[in-house]
Amino acid sequence: MVSVDLLANAIVAGLLLGGFYAAVALGLAIVFGQLDIVNIAHPALIIAGAYTAYILNSRFGLDPVLVGVLAAPVFFLVGAGLYRVYYAAFERTGQESLSGLAFFFGIMFIIEVALILVYGVDYRLVQTGYLGETLNLGFVGLPYRMLVPFAVAVTLTVAVYVYLARTFTGRAIQAVAQDRLALQLMGVDPIRIKQWAFGLGIATAAVAGALLIMIGPVEPSVGRQYIGRAFAIVVLGGMGSISGMFVAALILGVIESVVATFYGPSWAPAVAFGVLLLTLALRPAGLFGR
Amino acid sequence: MRNLVSPFWVSAVVVLAAGLAFTELAANEYYFTAAYLILQALIMAVAWNILGGFTGYVNFGSAGFFAAGAYTSIALDKALGLPLPLLIVAGALVSGLIGLGVGYLTLRLRGVYFAIATLALAIVLETFVSNWTYVGGARGAFILTPENHLWFSSYVHMLFMLMLILAVASVAISRKLNFSRLGRGLAAIRDDEIAAECAGVPTLRLKLVSTTIMGAMMGVAGAPYPFFVTYVEPISAFNLFVAVNAIAMPMIGGTAHWLGPVVGALLVGSLQEIIKVNISSEINILLVGIMLVLFISLAPQGIVGLVQKHLRKRSA
Repeated sequence: MVSVDLLANAIVAGLLLGGFYAAVALGLAIVFGQLDIVNIAHPALIIAGAYTAYILNSRFGLDPVLVGVLAAPVFFLVGAGLYRVYYAAFERTGQESLSGLAFFFGIMFIIEVALILVYGVDYRLVQTGYLGETLNLGFVGLPYRMLVPFAVAVTLTVAVYVYLARTFTGRAIQAVAQDRLALQLMGVDPIRIKQWAFGLGIATAAVAGALLIMIGPVEPSVGRQYIGRAFAIVVLGGMGSISGMFVAALILGVIESVVATFYGPSWAPAVAFGVLLLTLALRPAGLFGR
Repeated sequence: MRNLVSPFWVSAVVVLAAGLAFTELAANEYYFTAAYLILQALIMAVAWNILGGFTGYVNFGSAGFFAAGAYTSIALDKALGLPLPLLIVAGALVSGLIGLGVGYLTLRLRGVYFAIATLALAIVLETFVSNWTYVGGARGAFILTPENHLWFSSYVHMLFMLMLILAVASVAISRKLNFSRLGRGLAAIRDDEIAAECAGVPTLRLKLVSTTIMGAMMGVAGAPYPFFVTYVEPISAFNLFVAVNAIAMPMIGGTAHWLGPVVGALLVGSLQEIIKVNISSEINILLVGIMLVLFISLAPQGIVGLVQKHLRKRSA
């Protein structure tokens, strides 16, 4: 007999976790979903964001969410620069499928090893007043260390959704994926748009990283667990769709949380892979794909 | 018959004879440990290149295939106490089947899905092994080195010679593939999959064959590993470094030719041993990542490709 309390708590915790996963997958939904660039270094950049939050929090006591927002423009520039290199070396010469993938793999590896060299493999965490507290609603507990990241992630996702749907640049980003030539005929440079979009995707990694280190302690190799998760969410959500991505993130969060509650947390990393493989085998277009 | 006296087989025999002489002459155990690691990386690089270089599909989960071989060894050694040659065959079977399974699920789709699936595969296998207490779980497993080491003066000497034979065999397979009808089919897939399909190349079947061979070879590289290190735990067996080396070595050596991963593995592998001893192992790991990124950005054809281009220019 499954306890109702336990199940309700697992589902609520899963929804909160899923909201956070949306922030993790958001950048990838833009970069991989819209631009078709397989940036497997994205989770590593999220870890870099988490360490930025850790450094500024432990030195100056800044709030991690604030650090995430402050670091976003810097990450934007890093992303734009990264796309420049990627474009010049691989996309222009049509070698993105093999060399381009290996390039991002190399970047991921460099970030991880560089962080280990400087900070070691110890777990790092941030300290803020509200993180230890819990909001109790009946028999369901909502810890602030999950609730705050959830709220920030939802805000970020909605902001990006509105940006892509309503603004000129946002629509141009969606157009790059659909019809490059038509975009050029409208007088827009597709390379500049892609560079802008790639920067935007990487900027979300700064915020996602800050949220990651609020939820729990972080060490450099944690990022690898998020590769399967982030790609599973983007594929399940139907590649380019931000709203589909959000629903997929919630689904994955709930499944993982229920598995962790009833079978033990050490099985949770395997869930994302199962979801990914099932999606690819049964419905590669994703839940909300075209 | 003509093939038997080709320069390749002559050099293969010379290499094996030199290896045998080396076990009789060299006294310092360190050389055998270092050579074992280089040969292990060489087999991994050659295996990666069969899919990556010949067929054009990226495998990020090399560490998963390697560890599957290693853990098959541990499980069967504990359960049945099989001799090492049988464990190697078993490792090849298990990793080959994993390759076939992942390939079957994802290779019908776009190549990137296969790449992502292999990456996730390594993580899932690690989760599985960490929860599998029979092979030690997250705590790891100790392996007793067998007493018997044939006529060699120590077990490491024997393992070194075994690895040398396996490495020569895998290079021979890779070379054979490169020039065979199958290899030409794989090259056609790499250059233009749709055109290949239209020309009647059974693309899915060929891709599955090359994924299976790749997986099996990586399993072979992993199977003797527990006896080499005598203590295996998931984090070291699934080390990302194994996966990075498997990609970096062929990319640096050159992916289109069978010689590429061999050159890359010998060069990068030796360099790594030198840096590890003289500077530090962390710097060594960082350096591989930087070399990988620099080579694929600036010299995507690798060392063998550069040499080929140079030779062609001179003859023209």
